[in-house]
Amino acid sequence: MRITVASGKGGTGKTTVATSLAISLALNNPALPPLFLDCDVEAPNAHLFLKPAFKDKKDVSILIPSIDESKCTGCGRCADVCEYHAIAVLNNKVLVFPQLCHGCGSCTLICPTKAIREVPNVMGVLESGITPLDINFAHGIMNIGEPMAVPVIQQLKKWAAPQPGQVVIVDAPPGTSCPVVESARGADFLLLVTEPTPFGLHDLKLAAQVAKELGIPVGVIINREGIGNASVENFCETQGLPILMRIPYDLAIAKGTAQGQALPEIYPKYTLLFQQLFAEISRMVVHQ
Amino acid sequence: MKQLVILSGKGGTGKTSITAALAHLAHNDTIPLVLADADVDAANLELVLSPNVLEEHDFMGGKVANIDLEKCIGCGKCELVCRFDAINHQGRKYQVDPIACDGCSACVYQCPTNAISMELQLAGHWFKSETYYGPLFHAALRPAQENSGKLVTMVKQQARLLAMDANYPLLIVDGPPGIGCPVISTVSGADMALILTEPSLAGVHDMERALEMTHHFNVPAVVCINKFDVYLDGAIQIEEYCHKHNYEVIGRIPYDSSIIEAMINGEPVTAFRPESPASKEIHTVWQNIIQFMNLN
Repeated sequence: MRITVASGKGGTGKTTVATSLAISLALNNPALPPLFLDCDVEAPNAHLFLKPAFKDKKDVSILIPSIDESKCTGCGRCADVCEYHAIAVLNNKVLVFPQLCHGCGSCTLICPTKAIREVPNVMGVLESGITPLDINFAHGIMNIGEPMAVPVIQQLKKWAAPQPGQVVIVDAPPGTSCPVVESARGADFLLLVTEPTPFGLHDLKLAAQVAKELGIPVGVIINREGIGNASVENFCETQGLPILMRIPYDLAIAKGTAQGQALPEIYPKYTLLFQQLFAEISRMVVHQ
Repeated sequence: MKQLVILSGKGGTGKTSITAALAHLAHNDTIPLVLADADVDAANLELVLSPNVLEEHDFMGGKVANIDLEKCIGCGKCELVCRFDAINHQGRKYQVDPIACDGCSACVYQCPTNAISMELQLAGHWFKSETYYGPLFHAALRPAQENSGKLVTMVKQQARLLAMDANYPLLIVDGPPGIGCPVISTVSGADMALILTEPSLAGVHDMERALEMTHHFNVPAVVCINKFDVYLDGAIQIEEYCHKHNYEVIGRIPYDSSIIEAMINGEPVTAFRPESPASKEIHTVWQNIIQFMNLN
């Protein structure tokens, strides 16, 4: 079972929900605690809540072209086929722009004189470790100035594979474009965290459309209930989106999460609530 | 023309609410401005500025491969060269997963029977609108699309062109969360970045990454702490970090429910509740921005 926690709008409480769910599952089944993947590689924060001791580390890289000038005739085929404008040929000299390269390998395949060799270009790092509750934790950190999050997310998902039967919880980045899609790909369930405000509603609508495009069943968690208005509630009702949990706006929660506490650590009753949430999600996935 | 971008690293720190309020204050001070919403994934500025859309344009994003099954001989070369796991097959029937396809065209060039072509995708729309406070350029990326960086560049370019052609002294860009491709597109060419953060471990962590990013691209940055009073220890941590790294903290906005009430009312908070504690502090932020950017 793989659950991705997403939102559309940032700062709605994705990481709070994802880490709280992971902690509650670990307490429920200490024999096989979940695997937690923080896929918000631009701004990863889940480690601040789950406090893993990191053990393993691996660079993330994609293969970019390196030109052997002794073989290159300057024909320019490589630049012609590059869809990302990552190669330019000036005065028979080939220039490569690593940060535009997506690592597709098309230039290498097309070069008539086999003058292109591929070399790894490091764009970030993956780290993994075990939390105090034995949750297997892994995240990716994209290097500063690096534009592409998707390869980091892809490689994180491949690197940190679950054991048989292990629940996987994925903390997604905000938004609705490619990094979110990559985080949600392969998920059995998408848990959308929103807040009851006009911004929350607007972005929930977009996130629900992403889920529809991907064909993944969804449920909604309304965070900070009590601020804002009932528009999110009404939207969920008319669209048939199940509201699986409501977390009230509460100063103790705001202060606790600010300090890196998950909900079960602030109010122990949330352990059971998140275990019930998981049971409900399991039912929804089976009946799908 | 000066360009101010509002960023945060972490989402949900109040970028859009503050952008709208700054637009209102600039307008009050008779500083003509152009606005751009660079959060094309989840554009919210339009919800508080009630724009009147003047122009709507298609945005063609990335390409997606399409296999002509009449010409396909099922050799599997395309699947072999695809590094995005976007081609799969059932028996000899090959097909493209349009969501996984990165649009690289490697398969097109390697197909021995020319059975694959690339098709441009409609990835979203961008708009030129007018608001009470000035022209607004914004966009809507279709959900699950790629190329949000390109769409950001498009929106920003249009806003810059208008600002330069019509001699607007100020362009304010409401940025997306994160530090990746759409954010890099947002900061390029900016004169100053306002990093809006909140006093939580996550807020501080992401502010540091946002500041490293603006530093990397040589854009001067100042910091504003939103909801500073929710967790004072966190606010102190931010002040200490900024002091140590020579970043000015130009505002400390208290938690104030009038920000959400203003959002529900579809107005900038400084217009909706000018006397609220948050509005008063945003005034200070604006005065500091005028000074830092020499807007007078």
